[in-house]
Amino acid sequence: MSMPPTKSSRRRRARARRLFAGTDAELVPQGHMSGPMPWVIAIMVALTAIALATGLALGNTVTAVTAEIEGGVTVQLVEPRPDVRQQEAARALDALRIVPGVASMRLVPQEELDALVAPWLGGGIETAAGAGIPVPALIDVRLQHAATQDRVAAIQRSLARVAPSARVDAQSAWLKPVFDAIVSLQWLAIALVALLAAALAAAVLLAARSALGTNHETIEIVHLLGGTDAQIARVFQRAIGFDAAGGGAIGLALALAVILSLGRRFSGLGAGMVSSGALIWTDWLLLALVPLLATGLAMMTARLTVMHALRKML
Amino acid sequence: MSSRPDGEIIHFDNVGLRYDHDREVLSDLSFTLFPGTFYFLTGASGAGKTSLLRLLYLAQRPSRGVIRMFGKDAITMPRSGLPALRRRIGVVFQDFRLVPHLSAFDNVALPLRVAGFAEREIAGPVGDILEWVGLADRRAARPATLSGGEQQRIAIARAVIGRPDMLVADEPTGNVDPDMAVKLLRLFELLNRQGTTVVVATHDVHLLRKVPESLIMRLDRGRLSDPTGALRYPPRRPA
Repeated sequence: MSMPPTKSSRRRRARARRLFAGTDAELVPQGHMSGPMPWVIAIMVALTAIALATGLALGNTVTAVTAEIEGGVTVQLVEPRPDVRQQEAARALDALRIVPGVASMRLVPQEELDALVAPWLGGGIETAAGAGIPVPALIDVRLQHAATQDRVAAIQRSLARVAPSARVDAQSAWLKPVFDAIVSLQWLAIALVALLAAALAAAVLLAARSALGTNHETIEIVHLLGGTDAQIARVFQRAIGFDAAGGGAIGLALALAVILSLGRRFSGLGAGMVSSGALIWTDWLLLALVPLLATGLAMMTARLTVMHALRKML
Repeated sequence: MSSRPDGEIIHFDNVGLRYDHDREVLSDLSFTLFPGTFYFLTGASGAGKTSLLRLLYLAQRPSRGVIRMFGKDAITMPRSGLPALRRRIGVVFQDFRLVPHLSAFDNVALPLRVAGFAEREIAGPVGDILEWVGLADRRAARPATLSGGEQQRIAIARAVIGRPDMLVADEPTGNVDPDMAVKLLRLFELLNRQGTTVVVATHDVHLLRKVPESLIMRLDRGRLSDPTGALRYPPRRPA
């Protein structure tokens, strides 16, 4: 009767770590993508990827719009008499040219102003006989640096004498409440990602405990035959890792379908702020990492759960 | 039986075991098991044979006393050190404890896989031992499809496949016919001659006579009787 070789080797120890890996037999019966676990993971990954994509798009929006309007200042000339308003606008442009820190300026043409208010007031409001509405003249000013309160006050002071009806506002001030809301939504997206990760870990923990309970007898036998905690944990880790990888791939595919569909709808709006939130390649890379991270998290949770349970055995 | 080498393989000193807050099921056990010796553990039902075996194959820690195994203190040893000791012990459980979803082949191969042997190193010895216990043609069968006797033979094959330093068997011949019982006993003797210490728990007195040079450990209500002192001071035998 032949007996197995007894010589211990490093390679043998390495194989012992991968108990039942590479054999047709399985120490614990595994469903391989059957049962609810892969689908729970797929849903978690899909929701996480969508929440992450939302957060990233909102972040891109804030970054892009902030960069665009950071140095923007709007001068409104609210003089009701058109001729005086035009004179004040000309004097304001001259005054702004010598204000330090002003990079460029542009008097918004009357046609553009008409177009801005046309959706509410209709066309030809300046020329309609007896119905002229005094729309303020607008000067769009670009500063070399951010439009701080001090810089806005300096512009206001320089215009006070030449254009008494001038009102100076930093463009970023108008959008501050919008930005604050977007940043809140971004935090909400981050919180959602964290909550979904916690929910995924909890689902894996329950699945691992259930698998441990079902296979308690087998685990005890392997233990008594000299199996280590790490060997046994790896068997469960491998099974859950397989489910998590499959579920993660399905979840990512679902999420990408949703994200691309939403992206197409938003780009159809043609609004500047919305289109500036488009995802860039690093964002897509981050989204692709979601199932990998979910698989890693699931395997780590399974390992810790099994190791913790096995420590209660002798 | 070969000559008994010097040294000890297992040493119990004043060992007691109680489950929860119940009375002690094993009391004041002090004995030494020597390498290459064949022991029968006997006693009436409820005498504590299975509890003592559980201590021997490290499924249980005692409530008191000292146990030294293969020169190491098994009581104070950290958990991480126990698997290495367990791999040196082959166990035949009374209820076989085969893994139900694994084939006969995979059940027998389990200790070798746990020890990290490659598949090509496993196939030959497992095939041989299955043939030896007369189950070569049932290698793919699941335990549920095997008879009690066949399951017992698979359990024995699993216990001895790794050539353990000590073999512990709880009523290993309880479910097999007399011919197979003798054959299995011959396997235990073969291993014993190769240096394996064998401890067989049985209440079959006929079995004891089949290994005349064996030592008897008799348990009576949790206490070990060693009237001749052969367990504590075994006689040296010539080679």
